[in-house]
Amino acid sequence: MIFAVLLPLLIACLIPFLSKVKHKIHTGIFVFFIPLIIFLYFIQFIGTNFSPVRQTYQWIPSLSINFDFYLDGLSLLFVLLISGIGALVVLYSIYYLDKTEQLGHFYVYLILFMAGMLGVVLSDNVFVMYTFWELTSISSFLLIGYWHFNERSRYGALKSMLITIFGGLSMFGGFILLSVITDTTSIQAMIEQKSVILNSPYLPLILVFILLGAFTKSAQFPFHIWLPDAMEAPTPVSAYLHSATMVKAGLFLVARFSPILADYEWFFIIVSIAGIVTLCWGSYMAVKQTDLKAILAFSTISQLGMIMAMLGFGTKVAVFAAVFHILNHATFKGSLFMVAGIVDHETGTRDIRKLGGLLTFMPITATLAFFGTFSMAGVPFPFLNGFYSKELFFQSSLGLNENVGSFASFLIDIIPVLAVFGSIFTFVYSMYFFFGVFSGRKKEKQLPKKPHEAPIGMLLSPIILVGLVIIIGLFPNLVNGSFLAHTAEAISGEAFHPHIVYWHGWKKPAFIMSLIVVVLGTLLVLTRKKWNAVYRILPGKLSLNKTYDVIVDKLDVYSNQVTNFYMNGSLRLYVALILGTTAIVTFTFMLLTGGFTIGFDNLADITPIEISVVVVMMVAALATIFAKHNVAAILVLGVVGYGISILFVIYRAPDLALTQLIIETVTVALFLLCFFHLPKMQVRKESGKSKLINAVISVAFGAMMTLIGISAHTSNWFDSIAEYFLKTSHKLGGGDNVVNVILVDMRGLDTMFEITVLGIAALAIFGLIKIKRKKEAE
Amino acid sequence: MEIVTCILAGLLFATAIYNLLQKQLIRIIIGTGLLSHGAHLFILTMGGLKGGKSPILNEDVSNYTDPLPQALILTSIVISFGITSLLLVLAYRAANDNGTDNMDQLRGNKNE
Repeated sequence: MIFAVLLPLLIACLIPFLSKVKHKIHTGIFVFFIPLIIFLYFIQFIGTNFSPVRQTYQWIPSLSINFDFYLDGLSLLFVLLISGIGALVVLYSIYYLDKTEQLGHFYVYLILFMAGMLGVVLSDNVFVMYTFWELTSISSFLLIGYWHFNERSRYGALKSMLITIFGGLSMFGGFILLSVITDTTSIQAMIEQKSVILNSPYLPLILVFILLGAFTKSAQFPFHIWLPDAMEAPTPVSAYLHSATMVKAGLFLVARFSPILADYEWFFIIVSIAGIVTLCWGSYMAVKQTDLKAILAFSTISQLGMIMAMLGFGTKVAVFAAVFHILNHATFKGSLFMVAGIVDHETGTRDIRKLGGLLTFMPITATLAFFGTFSMAGVPFPFLNGFYSKELFFQSSLGLNENVGSFASFLIDIIPVLAVFGSIFTFVYSMYFFFGVFSGRKKEKQLPKKPHEAPIGMLLSPIILVGLVIIIGLFPNLVNGSFLAHTAEAISGEAFHPHIVYWHGWKKPAFIMSLIVVVLGTLLVLTRKKWNAVYRILPGKLSLNKTYDVIVDKLDVYSNQVTNFYMNGSLRLYVALILGTTAIVTFTFMLLTGGFTIGFDNLADITPIEISVVVVMMVAALATIFAKHNVAAILVLGVVGYGISILFVIYRAPDLALTQLIIETVTVALFLLCFFHLPKMQVRKESGKSKLINAVISVAFGAMMTLIGISAHTSNWFDSIAEYFLKTSHKLGGGDNVVNVILVDMRGLDTMFEITVLGIAALAIFGLIKIKRKKEAE
Repeated sequence: MEIVTCILAGLLFATAIYNLLQKQLIRIIIGTGLLSHGAHLFILTMGGLKGGKSPILNEDVSNYTDPLPQALILTSIVISFGITSLLLVLAYRAANDNGTDNMDQLRGNKNE
């Protein structure tokens, strides 16, 4: 199985070379064979005696992250969808994309996406699955922004990226929790430890995290807003990613984890509500759209909501219906996107208000659209697969009579009503799509191009898909036992394959619901003009896109404001912030831990000489602040330095005293030199307020240092290692001046680098003085 | 006595920081000078100020002061001297190239 993931990745590396010859051979022709081979390989697994296959390849065994592939009925359905529709989309794109486009880019992104998607559905390891999951997000981002010179494309790509990556990360959190609780990274092993997970206190978090991932990817309300904007992508991409495969990754995720989570009541509540709300909202919004692809985008949203709702119901019928509809939706929605692309390609516009009466110009396309839209609407014709799954949907929405809590039982009562409501609008926009484009007044003079039928190569893919619509419609039980039953079994854990029949008789409630949908839908379509005002009012200003825009904008603005507030370029502010924070944190910490201690034993005596030196130094130090003139400040700084050297003398450090004296002298001289060369000094008055703040910070910091010093001296825990130096200085170092022996012998490395520091400083000073100023150099 | 030197060092720190927060470049460098004096005094105090002779070996003497802090301070004095002189030259170049030694005017360009 690993070849299914590796082959696309490998070919993706070769495409840039293959696309060099694109003027002779369209790059898509090379690519076409990859999904075809994968499809043909996996189709052999279909059969009644199918049993799951597992393959493992090591990746990071120490973290038990391995390429652990697991093929059960659920993965098989998705693998076939991905590779099958992938092949058809590549075929379609060969005719759709001109050779002047950057084909290399397109196919690399597309095939990366395919590899990611195959990886997601085949992985049994949660972390590998997450890796591939993000690969699909990234490649989808690249594909949406394929025409990157379009502002709308970039906007759509960014939006989808932000939303799906947000969901992906939260899903990752759920995976981490799951693997920590169960101590395994394999999904199948987690299913075996179901009771551990269901009894864990983290269960609500896991559910929310994983469902966030699924809802954002599958464009569920209110995260659906990225999908309509993703329609800026080339049509083959929309057909592939945003109808058949990527948006179903969320459904796959819910289905994959429902053996674990479905026993939890909130799973039913959240998933069903999200699905039903998405179904209604998406189908209602689709009616309002004027762009063909926007209609299809909202239609996709609502159909995904319907499948999600069925996965939430979790009954045997519902799960089977969900699986069946995943297959059906992929067939008719893929073909409809391709039809929309053909209409766009051959007339130059996708605006439904400019289109009309294309039936005579494009009879084949119109036929294809007829099957697609009527199947989507669930019209009860025996040759349309959409009808069967819709009827199963109604049937499952009625069959929810389990023992559940009061809220859940309320939900069970209203679900059938909402299902019918959403389906009515599904019917309305489907009819609007078909009749709006292909019937009515001919408007060929308003169109940018003269309409004509598409080339056969472009029609081939939708013909195959519509063929599948009809085949499944005519023989709905064709793949039940050998294929879909295994998928349903992988989700619900029980084998179930109903015998689907077209005619149930008049009294079947599901059929009556279908009839209600058709009758009310027809009425709404016929009286469409009267309803336009209503459509315009609702939802009116209630726009989720605006909310998203405001959030993104405001985040930008506020973070800018926060940053500008404290990063204002003033070094003084930064120093004040750093020192103030240090003082506050240290004080708090020492107070909390009782760090301040003062002891009076083990102290040296105080002598009058020392005291007088200290007093002089204190006065001098204070004078550096109060001195009006800078020269005075420099001179009193010198007094402090000489005071220190006197202290060194008193405390019997002759080498220090010597060095300090010399260096203080040189420093003061340098200060004066520098002062002489600085620009004309102005007196800078500080405001009283900033003076006070500065004083508070400096006093706090000084007090902190004093207290730390006293406490440190009091709690003197260990003896000094001075004994060693004093004993061995003569014997090992051959010198009597212990300080000098330490400097050059025992700790000679310090001295070496101190010399280096001086050398570097000297070089830097030389450079600073000698390098000519820019202006002079010019 | 250690308490007195700690207070002195604390005062040196306080005045150093007050100078660091001034607008003029030269005041800031004065602040760094005070800061290093304070630090040296701390190191000396932490080694203990109690009696004993200078750490120069002599057969008559048995009690010496701790030589290690002295070696550390000596290294530190030299390094801080290097830094101070570099800072001074830097201030000289910065003030002359920009025509001001006011820290409020010496800011980076926007978005730099």
